[in-house]
Amino acid sequence: MSRLLSEEEYRKTKAFRVKRWYHGEKDAYLDKVEMQPQEEFMEDIQTKKKRLHDEALLIQHVYDIEHNRKLKLFSKLYQIVSVIFVFVLIGILLFVVSYLPPVGNALNPDNNEVAAKYIEDGMKDTGAVNIVTGMILDYRAFDTLGESNVLFIATCTVLILLRLDKNKNHKNDDTTTKEQEEENDRLYEPKNDIIIQKVACVLVPIIIIFGIYVILNGHLSPGGGFSGGAIIGAGLILYLNAFGFKKTERFFTQKTYKWICFVSLSFYCLAKTYSFYCGAHHLESGIPLGTPGDIVSAGLILPLNICVGLVVACTMYAFYAMFRKGGF
Amino acid sequence: MVIFQCILFAFLIVCAISVTFSKNLLNSILIFMSYSLVMSIIWILLESPDLAITEAAVGAGITSILFFVTLKKIHAMVDLNKDEKKEKQEEGNS
Repeated sequence: MSRLLSEEEYRKTKAFRVKRWYHGEKDAYLDKVEMQPQEEFMEDIQTKKKRLHDEALLIQHVYDIEHNRKLKLFSKLYQIVSVIFVFVLIGILLFVVSYLPPVGNALNPDNNEVAAKYIEDGMKDTGAVNIVTGMILDYRAFDTLGESNVLFIATCTVLILLRLDKNKNHKNDDTTTKEQEEENDRLYEPKNDIIIQKVACVLVPIIIIFGIYVILNGHLSPGGGFSGGAIIGAGLILYLNAFGFKKTERFFTQKTYKWICFVSLSFYCLAKTYSFYCGAHHLESGIPLGTPGDIVSAGLILPLNICVGLVVACTMYAFYAMFRKGGF
Repeated sequence: MVIFQCILFAFLIVCAISVTFSKNLLNSILIFMSYSLVMSIIWILLESPDLAITEAAVGAGITSILFFVTLKKIHAMVDLNKDEKKEKQEEGNS
């Protein structure tokens, strides 16, 4: 490695500290911020007994309905008021609904120039035969980016909450009995059920091919990235249930999940940034729209659909794997 | 067609109410699943097939699977037969 600084000078720079923190050798805040594991709350048996006794006495005294007249009155009043409240709420909602304009009226406020613009110019602007997809992934593409990010963040949160530490698990392995393993959902692997396996052999390819069809034809027929991704995710979950974690881990691990999500989300972000930049400045985007009706048409919509579908499929599978096993 | 729609709407309302009144959590999830399926048919009748596909895949498929897994996780899916067997065994022992 070629460095201008000598080893001792390099050790004083910020870059060295950042690199050390990144590799997990030493935490940058270890000496500066006080971080100590919390001590377990200990209490000897006498004081605990006394405390519980006092609490029970207190609760008995406060919630003694037969002798406490105020409480009796309150509980009756509470029931009556809650019923009245519900009926008033229903009344208010019905009253407001009666003021809504009738369905399908031409003078309704939702029948305005925005909808007319989408219906008239939608195919010309976006090149998508399916106006809904044209709207979701072209006019309102920013919303869809937010949706995909919400899914990704949700998986991250589930990962934080439910992930198991693999090193900790190995220590306890010797003590768990077979019954405990069966009861514990995380260690329990599906038995080789012949019915579910045969059904999965037939159904899983069809489900996944249908999902791919829905994604690829998102701009031509009903469907799109979200629904197609959910279908593929359901197929993967069925496969996992039939054949167990060992077979799915051959092609889908946490690393694959991370890379697929990262690549699709950043591609979506970059592609949409480009097209918004061009559109806001009235520049030619240079992306051909193609003839409406072809598979390869409608500009960016097809790749964006694929991105959203990948993210959704991975997220659905990840949710299931995390709930079942705490990691995948 | 109008009658068919009315039947479906009535089924929806019945489903929605019976979800809250069902004592067994597994039953209420199954009712919720059927609610989603009927809802997806109604979306087709209302001429929005995009929503119908999404509702069928997400509402009836994925959400209920996740509910099942959650129930298993919090040990809410109790096997009634197992408990009865245990009780019988205890009776036999005593």
